Amino acid sequence: MKQKGKTKFQERSLAGKIVIYTVCIILAVLSLMPFVIMLVNSTRSTPEIQQHAISFIPSSHLLDNWKVLTGKTFNPFTGFINSVIISTGATILAIYFSTLTAYALFAYRWKLRQPFFTMILAVMMIPTQVISVGFYQFMYRIGMTNNFLALILPAIAAPMIVFFMRQYMLSALNLDIVASARIDGAGEFRIFNGIVLPIMKPAMATQAIFTYVTNWNSLFIPMILLTKKEFYTMPIMVSLLKGDIYKTEYGAVYLALSLSVLPLFIVYFVLSKYIIAGVALGSIKE
Amino acid sequence: MLQKSNKIRSVSYSKYGYLFSIPFILAFLVFSLYPTLFTVIIGFTDFKGVATTSFKFLEEPFANFVSIINNATFQNSLVNTIIIWTINFIPQLGLALLLTAWFTRRKTKIRGQGAFKVLFYLPNIITAASIAVLFAAITVYPIGPLNDILVSTGILKEPFYFQNDPWAAKLLVAFIQFWMWYGYTTIILIAGVNGINPDLFEAAEIDGATPSQTFFRVTLPCMRTILIFTLVTSLIGGLNMFDIPKLFIWNGGPANATMTTSVFIYAQAFSNKYLYNTAAAASMIMFVIIAVLSAVIFVLMRDKYEVRAKRELRRRKRELRRAAKEAVA
Repeated sequence: MKQKGKTKFQERSLAGKIVIYTVCIILAVLSLMPFVIMLVNSTRSTPEIQQHAISFIPSSHLLDNWKVLTGKTFNPFTGFINSVIISTGATILAIYFSTLTAYALFAYRWKLRQPFFTMILAVMMIPTQVISVGFYQFMYRIGMTNNFLALILPAIAAPMIVFFMRQYMLSALNLDIVASARIDGAGEFRIFNGIVLPIMKPAMATQAIFTYVTNWNSLFIPMILLTKKEFYTMPIMVSLLKGDIYKTEYGAVYLALSLSVLPLFIVYFVLSKYIIAGVALGSIKE
Repeated sequence: MLQKSNKIRSVSYSKYGYLFSIPFILAFLVFSLYPTLFTVIIGFTDFKGVATTSFKFLEEPFANFVSIINNATFQNSLVNTIIIWTINFIPQLGLALLLTAWFTRRKTKIRGQGAFKVLFYLPNIITAASIAVLFAAITVYPIGPLNDILVSTGILKEPFYFQNDPWAAKLLVAFIQFWMWYGYTTIILIAGVNGINPDLFEAAEIDGATPSQTFFRVTLPCMRTILIFTLVTSLIGGLNMFDIPKLFIWNGGPANATMTTSVFIYAQAFSNKYLYNTAAAASMIMFVIIAVLSAVIFVLMRDKYEVRAKRELRRRKRELRRAAKEAVA
């Protein structure tokens, strides 16, 4: 009797497992499918794509597509270099100054500390898009449109990163180390750079990945500020593909998309372990 | 004595707190606060036109706000934004909860969880602009990959013009958003479940609860905060939805079906109308909606212990005062 009940339970759990794995595999395929189509089609000629839009066998027209693509407005090199400059600059500033600000909040007792932290929490979720009109007009007046600094310098004030850095300090940074460094006669700024920063490395690395990717993917603000072709970032280059000149050049469009996605693919599959862990960390703790 | 030396130390170092916050505060004032105030001001002026820099305040201060609230395209874009967000979020949360329940089962471990998570999260990290253009290419009429699949498998008799049908366009934008974000939500929720005290699950198990009972009676109630957090952050993100609706179908789609508020603001101010004043008014309306939602997150994210400690402190003070009064009486 008992034995029978057990097998019934096992049967049910086996059926459950089959359902779970089926759903997960379908979702995994759904995640990859569009990118597989994209990569394969970037090697196929436009007539081939028009005959059969889906194929899993690469063709031999990669070079032709490249010629069509770069013969027009899309310039993958310019886009790539501009995106690297902006993302690198913004990430370095955001991570360094956010850690510094978090340290000011964590390590020192000052009168306005609590109000300052409250303000950071309050403005954390305000997106830049809703202040874009004022931001653009301000930048226009001081001649900073078509200037990468207008996209890099605002990164110094990143409330979200400050918040996470502070959370990390609460669990990982012991002020006794700071106190003993003080006894050894180290200055406060030197303590921060020499002792606090190395301790904060894991948190800084995680936040750096996300900051870099966010800046790399950003479209709205770069699109309104950068109007000259030589300053276009990768996402702005991608937006050119919606223009009429690429309307029927499917092979070239798929190739352009592949080029814009490939750097992120490589970064993601190398760092995926840290990225997934980082996303999980991003949720608030109860 | 000890007390005193402590006090001296804290006083002498407090200036570094200010010093180290200066870069942040300066950047915030210049690049966030000033543009915000400037946007507010522009909302009350007659400021429009390319390459103009002068403007004057309107005689009727709220004229821009009135005109934008009565603007049919703006109303439509607000409704679109909410519809697209809702039909993306409900299935997204449902699927994320289902995956969370599966991946956090205590008895039957799902193999390959790590790989599944990596794949589910993948679309989130890819440039939204590229994804929008990619899906536009996939759903193109008449010979895109989607039509190719649907026709060759016999689901459709002939190709369907997805980008020309208002509801199909809306659904596709919602689907792209869903596809990009369910992995993120799943990972956040799994982290939330892993943060719950395991004793609770053990107790449920001892009491003979089934997995689904445990999930609905133990796991879900413990995740209230994190669910509200997910809901509100997703809503704020959804209200700013720009890249996908902007690039999936250029400028609003069929009958403006995929025109969201961000796309509307962009079209008003930056594409060729240069109506900075009404764009600013629309931005401010969105700003207020988002600020109210942010307030919810603010309350959630405050240090709980600090809040509790403060409340305790106030209670004690009150008691002390009452005791003092009674003593005097």
